[in-house]
Order: sequence, then structure tokens, then C-alpha cells
Amino acid sequence: MTAVSQEEEQAIVETVQTIVQKHGASLEELIPILNDVNRDLGYLPAAALAEISRLLHVPKSQLFAVSSFYSMLSTKPRGRHIIQFCESAPCHVVGGRQVWETLCANLQLGANETSPDGKWTLATTSCLGLCSVGPVLVIDDDVYGNVRPEQIPDILARYS
Amino acid sequence: MKYYRTHVLVCTDPECRAKGAYEIMDALQDELVAQGLIDEIQVLETPRIGDCDQGPELLVYPDAVHYANLTPDDIPYIVEEHFLKGRIAQKFVVQETAAADEELRAPTPKEVRVVLRNCGKIDPENIEDYIAEDGYMALAKVMTEMTPEQVIDEVGRSGLRGRGGAGFPAAKKWQLCRQVADNPKYIICNADEGDPGAFMNRRVLEGDPHSVIEGMIIAAYAIGASQGYIYCRAEYPIAVRTLRIAIQQAREMGFLGKNIFESDFSFDLEVRVGAGAFVCGEETALIASIEGRRGEPRPRPPFPAQKGVWGKPTSNNNVETYANVPQIILKGASWFASMGTEKSKGTKTFALAGDLKHTGLIEVPLGITLREIVYEVGGGIKDDKGFKAIQTGGPMGGCLPAEYLDMPVDYESLAAAGSMMGSGGMVVMDEETCMVDIARFFMEFTQDESCGKCTPCRVGTRRLLEILERICNGEGQDGDIELLEKLSQEIRTNSLCGLGQGAPNPVISTLKHFRHEYEAHIYEHRCPAKVCKALIRYEILPEFCTGCTVCARNCPVNAISGERRQTHHIDPDVCVRCGICMQVCNFNAIVIR
Repeated sequence: MTAVSQEEEQAIVETVQTIVQKHGASLEELIPILNDVNRDLGYLPAAALAEISRLLHVPKSQLFAVSSFYSMLSTKPRGRHIIQFCESAPCHVVGGRQVWETLCANLQLGANETSPDGKWTLATTSCLGLCSVGPVLVIDDDVYGNVRPEQIPDILARYS
Repeated sequence: MKYYRTHVLVCTDPECRAKGAYEIMDALQDELVAQGLIDEIQVLETPRIGDCDQGPELLVYPDAVHYANLTPDDIPYIVEEHFLKGRIAQKFVVQETAAADEELRAPTPKEVRVVLRNCGKIDPENIEDYIAEDGYMALAKVMTEMTPEQVIDEVGRSGLRGRGGAGFPAAKKWQLCRQVADNPKYIICNADEGDPGAFMNRRVLEGDPHSVIEGMIIAAYAIGASQGYIYCRAEYPIAVRTLRIAIQQAREMGFLGKNIFESDFSFDLEVRVGAGAFVCGEETALIASIEGRRGEPRPRPPFPAQKGVWGKPTSNNNVETYANVPQIILKGASWFASMGTEKSKGTKTFALAGDLKHTGLIEVPLGITLREIVYEVGGGIKDDKGFKAIQTGGPMGGCLPAEYLDMPVDYESLAAAGSMMGSGGMVVMDEETCMVDIARFFMEFTQDESCGKCTPCRVGTRRLLEILERICNGEGQDGDIELLEKLSQEIRTNSLCGLGQGAPNPVISTLKHFRHEYEAHIYEHRCPAKVCKALIRYEILPEFCTGCTVCARNCPVNAISGERRQTHHIDPDVCVRCGICMQVCNFNAIVIR
């Protein structure tokens, strides 16, 4: 687990408390809570899981079991920008693989890797349901459809 | 007030006026008088119907036909064809531009829209729009005129079967849950539409959420459920938002909450969002996820009808199943049963994807043939290439070759052919698709999404994938085909849930119908479709290469050498076979060997 300073830990705890208060401290709200914490902090740091465990009276083992199961939850830090590339069949048959390979080559990253400078995380995603405009990739909240390999450098250049 | 059978709206914006809109109107009036139609057809002025650059233009209602590029001389033809003979004058019809709605086009003649009828037509964030289209009328009818047993009977007689793919009769499921003595009871709407290429449910949730909510309230009344959950995947943020707005509005109108329609029936709904796990579409895994646990399936029985959410009786249906319910109540079971085949009634939405001219959502009566879907609704194969296969039923379905094109689409026929209905994804592949690569691709997906609980699925899918990867890499061995077949059978018979049981289907179906492609990979080291990278190489044809350097400049790995105006050369050891050079070459000088 990554070491964090006391101030950072305090900030994490406060974020968790606000989110738990919004949903209510019950087990059936666990996945919505984890989703929100993951979104606000970028991942689920150990300090956040500890605080959720305390507030919901759920063992840490169970929290780790849940957060390691779902692909949208991460227990490791991720990059500032998250690229989700749709790896589903409809995108694949309309040229998705060439786009994926160009992405990997441009970023020097493989699937589910984060760049050393902390800028990018390259992730694959299951179908986003945007199949009529495939190949599709999503960077943060921006959706790019009908992507061609030669557009990749221009798309990546939009993010700092 | 005088009634007209047809209204003609002529655009009289300045630009259209300059192009002769009034002359068109005069010509119309004259011709209608001459043909004796002036009492039946009304001509009106209207502002802006298109963007005027094809003016003069006009709209004909109720047909909703848009004519443009007209001169007064064209009017007698249009009046005679359209208003006298009732045939649309195609040569003046404005073609919808692609930008309009890439997902949901105007319906083709083979389509019938029941579930999608309101999508793109009403404002999904305004409940009054839905009410204006007879929304919540079915609920009112159920609450004031029908007993729960009558509702189950009506839905039963309609023949509605589960639209999530398995095809279990909806009314039977409700009856089973109703019979259980335990309380409270729950109902679930499975909106975890994870099949790659399937986005029918997303569109319904985003475009007509109240049809699903109304269907759920009716089902809850029939079953005696007090709480409902809509489990929606996190990949659909807009659907989640739209649903939450719709539920709030339904609550404000008194369709949800305590004592609905002043009866003693109370019911409320909540949206639950997943976190990216395909297996959560399996009902027992979905229930585990609603309860805040790992989404892993468990053995059945007990079925959710006995022990579901929080150990209580639970009924679970798909988005599309619920969206059909209000229409069945309003129009009657016999109306619904008049569509489809003997055992598969009604319509089904499909998401067409892949190498088709028109991809996107369609809704067709069950019993339609695959050929009609591919060539009439989908417009045929893109660039008029040859048809190779259609993949139905999502990653647990199968690939069907051209021999099956005349097969009717219903639950039984698809299963007999080695595929399945599934939730409704259809991926069409042209002759340039490698079926071994497709099987590998689907296995990559199921291997990745296997939850890991049972061994046949967790280990078996991994082994299948390794063998397929070996074959695609040109390292296939004698005996691999037999090994794939044996392993597939074992995974199918020994896995815990539908994901594992269906996982080998893409392999089994491609082996059955495209065995020669596997053999070409293994024994001839050749990929007939020229897709598998280890078995192909890119070459530049000297007679076409002009030495323009475009390929060399775009190559991501600098595998292409050559001076300006000299023939270029690709180094096969450096080349990663990404195909960019072939796409950017303006002289078709690059070929795959």
C-alpha cells in the first residue's frame, strides 16, 4: 500500500465520511459508496477502506474482496487521465485492434498500465453500448467514436 | 371545423420564398382544384422545416414525408402520385442525413416498434410526454379493473417470454413468485446489459424510462412485491440519471409510493448501479451485487422466486420484458400474440453492429429471417462485400454462416442452430473476417469476465484461449481442434452458471461451420481472411509505389525505408502489422501476403 502523509490521510477520511453520510452507513450501500470514493480519489487507498470498514462495521477482508472484484474499482493509484478502450466485438470488427495497437505504441503502455509520470492509465472496458460509432474510446468523460489509428496522436495531445 | 385527410406544409421562410415557395403554393392550389382534391387536402404556410438550402420544400402530414428541390412543374406529378394514387414521389424525398440519429433510424418496412415506439419521440425527462402517449393508462386499468391473477393471466396469454435471452415465460415467473408464502417480496429489473454490441436496453432506459417503470409497477402488483430494484450497469451514466429523474417524477405523480391509485397497494423503486462486472447480469450474481457483495453466482435451487434479495422471494425480468407489459395490458394479449411465431410472440429489439450498411437499433416481429434482417433492415453488407457470418446471442452465442440466413429468428430455431437469442446483439461479419480470430476474441472476453468461482469456467476458458492464441500465432498443433472440442464440452456441462455453460459456444459454432479455417491455420500456416498477424506480411508493390513517403512517415515503428520518388520497402522483422500504411497509401500500392 502506498504511504500517505497525515494531512493526506485526514483528507481521505473526510471524503469518505461525506460520501458515507450521503448514502447512509449500511451494507447495501457499499458498492455505491465504493464507486463514489473511487471517483473522487481516483482509487481506493488503504486509509479509505479502513474508514469505510469502521463506519459500516464491515471487515476489511470483505471490503477488499468486493473492491478487487469489480473492474471499475481500483486499489492502486491511477493516472490523471484514464483511457478506456472498448474491446468488444462490434468495435473489434470495425478496426478496433489497429486503434488499440496505435494507442499502446503511442503511450508505450499495455493494458491496465499507468505511465511512470502518472499522466495516463490505459484500461480496456467492456462494451459501452456505443457500437454504432465504433471503434470507441473514452478519456475521462470524453467519448470518441469512429476513431481511426491516425487520429490517436491528435486526440492524446488534447490532454495535459 | 373542417377536417382534411392530408395537410401540406410549405416552408415560406425568406430563403424558400426567394426560391419560389409561393409559386409552389399557387401551383399546388391549382392542381388540387383541377384534380378535385381541394376539399380533402389543405395547403398551409409554415416557417422553417429544413435548412432551406434545398428549397422550396414542403412537408406532407400525416405521412411525414419531406419533399424538396421542387419547381412548379413538379407539382402535378406529386399531386397525382402522392395525393391521388397514394404513392410517395421518391425522387423528391429528402434523404435523412447520417447526423440525425446513428443509433435509431426511421423504421424500415419490416420493422414494428412496440418497445422503441417512444424513443426519440418523447422527452424522457418529462413524465407528461409519456402520459400523452397513453403512459400509465395500463397501470390505471390494472389498478381499477383487474385483480393480480387477471394480470398474470393476460400476460400469460400474450405469450411474452423473457427478453434477457433465456426466454422463460414472464407470467410463469410472476406466478411462481406470487405463490411463495414469504413476505416481503421484491422485483428486479435487470438492466446490466453487458453483452458486447447490445445497447437496446440502454436506449429504452434513456429514451422511454417510464415504460419500464410502469411495467415494473404492474408486475409488482401482480406478484405482490413492495420494493423494486433496477440494477443498471455503471457504463450507462445517462441511463442511470434518466431513470432517477423518471422515478422521482413517478413518485410525485403518485404512481410510486404508498397507496397507489388510492388502493392498499404500495410499491417503491430504487436504482442500483454496478461497478463493471459482466457476470452480474446472471441473476444470482446480480442479487449478490445488490446486497453489496462480490457478484458471484450461486447454484440454483433455491431459485430467486423462493430466496432472492435478502433471502426473500424475488422476481427478476429484463428491461425489454417490462417495457412490453403496459402495451399488452392496453392492447390485449391477442394483439401481442398476433405477432411472432407459435412459441415466440411479439417483437424483439436487436442491436445491429459490424460490417453492415445500416447499423443501429431495430425492432422486428419474431419469426423474421436473418436474411431479412441483414439485407432489408440492415441494408446489406458494407461496400457490397460478401456475407460470412452473423453472431447472435452475445459472447455466449454462436456464429452462423450463410446457410442459416433463411432461418426464422425465434428462441427455438436459434438454439437448435447452436446459437441463442441472448439479449439481442447481432454482429455481422463480412468475408474479410477470420473466424478463428473471432473465436479467440470472444474467449478473451469470457476468460476475462469469468468470476473465478468454479473451476471449469475459470481454468477451462483460460485453456481454450491459450489454444486459440496458439493457432492464431501460427503455432497450432495437430490435435488442437479435437482438444478444443473436448474441452468445450466439459466446460459446457460442468460450469455453475450460464456464463460458463455458454462460454464455449463461439468456439463450438465456429468449429462446426468454419472448420476449414482452423485447418488452414494449423496445417497450412495460412490465415484465409488475412487477419492473423503471424501468418501475414505487408508488401509494397513496386509497380504502384510512387515514393511519396506517406507510408514511411505514418509508420509507428519506422519499419518502412526508401528515398523520395523511389520504391519503398517494409522490413517484415520490424513491422508490427498494424495496417496504417495500407490505410494511408493513396495508390493502393500496399498488399497483404
